[in-house]
Amino acid sequence: MTEPLVIGFETSCDETGVGVVRGHTLLADALATSVAEHERFGGVVPEIASRAHLEAMVPTVHRALAEAGVAPSDVDAVAVTAGPGLTGALLVGLAAAKAYALALDKPLYGVNHLAAHVAVDELQHGRLAEPSLALLVSGGHSSLLLVPDLAREVTPLGRTIDDAAGEAFDKVARVLGMPFPGGPPIDRAAREGDPAAIDFPRGLTGPRDAPYDVSFSGLKTAVARWVEARRRAGEPVPVADVAASFQEAVADVLTAKAVRACRDHGVDHLVLGGGVAANSRLRALAEERCAAAGIVLRVPSPRLCTDNGAMVAALGSRLVAAGVAPSAPDLGADSSLPVETVSR
Amino acid sequence: MLVLALDTATPTLVAGVARRSAAGDAEVLAERAVPSGNRHAELLVPTVREVLAAAGLALADVDVVVAGLGPGPFTGLRVGVVTAAALADARGVPAVGVCSLDAVGSGARTVVTDARRREVYWAAYDAEGARVDGPGVVRPEEAGLTGPLVGDPRFAERLGAPVEPAEVTTAGLLHAAAGPLADPSSAGPLVPLYLRRPDAVPPTSFKPVTTA
Ligand SMILES: [Zn+2]
Repeated sequence: MTEPLVIGFETSCDETGVGVVRGHTLLADALATSVAEHERFGGVVPEIASRAHLEAMVPTVHRALAEAGVAPSDVDAVAVTAGPGLTGALLVGLAAAKAYALALDKPLYGVNHLAAHVAVDELQHGRLAEPSLALLVSGGHSSLLLVPDLAREVTPLGRTIDDAAGEAFDKVARVLGMPFPGGPPIDRAAREGDPAAIDFPRGLTGPRDAPYDVSFSGLKTAVARWVEARRRAGEPVPVADVAASFQEAVADVLTAKAVRACRDHGVDHLVLGGGVAANSRLRALAEERCAAAGIVLRVPSPRLCTDNGAMVAALGSRLVAAGVAPSAPDLGADSSLPVETVSR
Repeated sequence: MLVLALDTATPTLVAGVARRSAAGDAEVLAERAVPSGNRHAELLVPTVREVLAAAGLALADVDVVVAGLGPGPFTGLRVGVVTAAALADARGVPAVGVCSLDAVGSGARTVVTDARRREVYWAAYDAEGARVDGPGVVRPEEAGLTGPLVGDPRFAERLGAPVEPAEVTTAGLLHAAAGPLADPSSAGPLVPLYLRRPDAVPPTSFKPVTTA
């Protein structure tokens, strides 16, 4: 028997993603993005994202099916991000997925966006070791998860208490006069800089702080203060050093906490995910520290780290294989869907 | 020709199936109007299932999908529009969009519906039922709308005239879609009638965190 063909819909933020997988095999990953329309606002504008999702939806489905070389009637199951994310954006993908499931008479799985970020790695590196630890960092989330069973049980260990890691990148980029989103330009500028040039604070790393939570608000403010002080004094701002030192602080805190969580929970597999996992310094430092600690590190390619439909299809495929019950017909979106809810 | 019609431009979700004759006469076979508030995404597909079952039909029997394009509160409106687009796409049948206000009441009238933010959506129709003005969005006090008002009666006081209660109906949606239904290949893309731009203001300059 061939493995089930699953189509996945993702619209939780500004990417309209439709992916197709068969088992753990990636067949298509069609993406449309409204990122350029948000640039002048310095962040994602929910209404602009929602309008763009609606416009892109059917054409993106067509591209995904064509890329996969399958017909709609070949689809065995439909998966969709049910949360967390922007409500208006989520609802476009949810309504579309429900309609395709109805029209194709196939089961529908409303899935958790965060668990999908973990599942996508199975498309590149095969079945996940269970338990694994997952570090998910993007403009929308910063979470440390324990994953005993990707289809049924995901436990949050820590998360950001203020800004997401990606937001800190966006804000620091703005202070330095770089475009939105801030991750790629900071990563580029940092290559020419000295990561030890400025000793920016590492939030929540004191002995009495929550061991797995993170905080980037203080770091972001410290960078802005440092840069503004330079400007007020009429001195040039060493952009590369600021970028490298800021990036180092983020990578240092995240990887230290992830490795500690692995040790504390006796887990020897770590998965990275989310847009910030595309950051070169985070990847390098994670490799270094995992190697030293005897942890197997799994990082999807940058394209699959950011939001896409394939990750949703990958989790859907996992749910089908595990025999998890499909969603009820009155499935809705939940902008703050708890990470423990893998599917609903 | 079997038509599936749906609308989510107002707090009442409407789904219906109708048979349309070659002469253009419509017979509504089943219809549901669900006061779903902001739960359109949850309830629309179950409601479509219900009306199809009530008519003893399957989605595979549907020849064309008609969708209300608003104006209406954006988040709920998009649920109906994308559902219609996806159903039609998956079944390989055409989708036809109509102005939702056209599907409220009949004859000479001015239709008003809730646009939130203390405003109404409106459109005016002549005795033949053809839209002659609108759709627009306006504060009721400044509307100066004439003719018999129909639609959302909660605005009567602020409009200074009675509003005869009326909602979107399946028959109204089919009537509004008469032109494109006669030739579905003439239907344009399903683009919602937003009437308002997204609320978003570009930051003028970066706000310093330090107060010097
Ligand atoms: Zn994400």
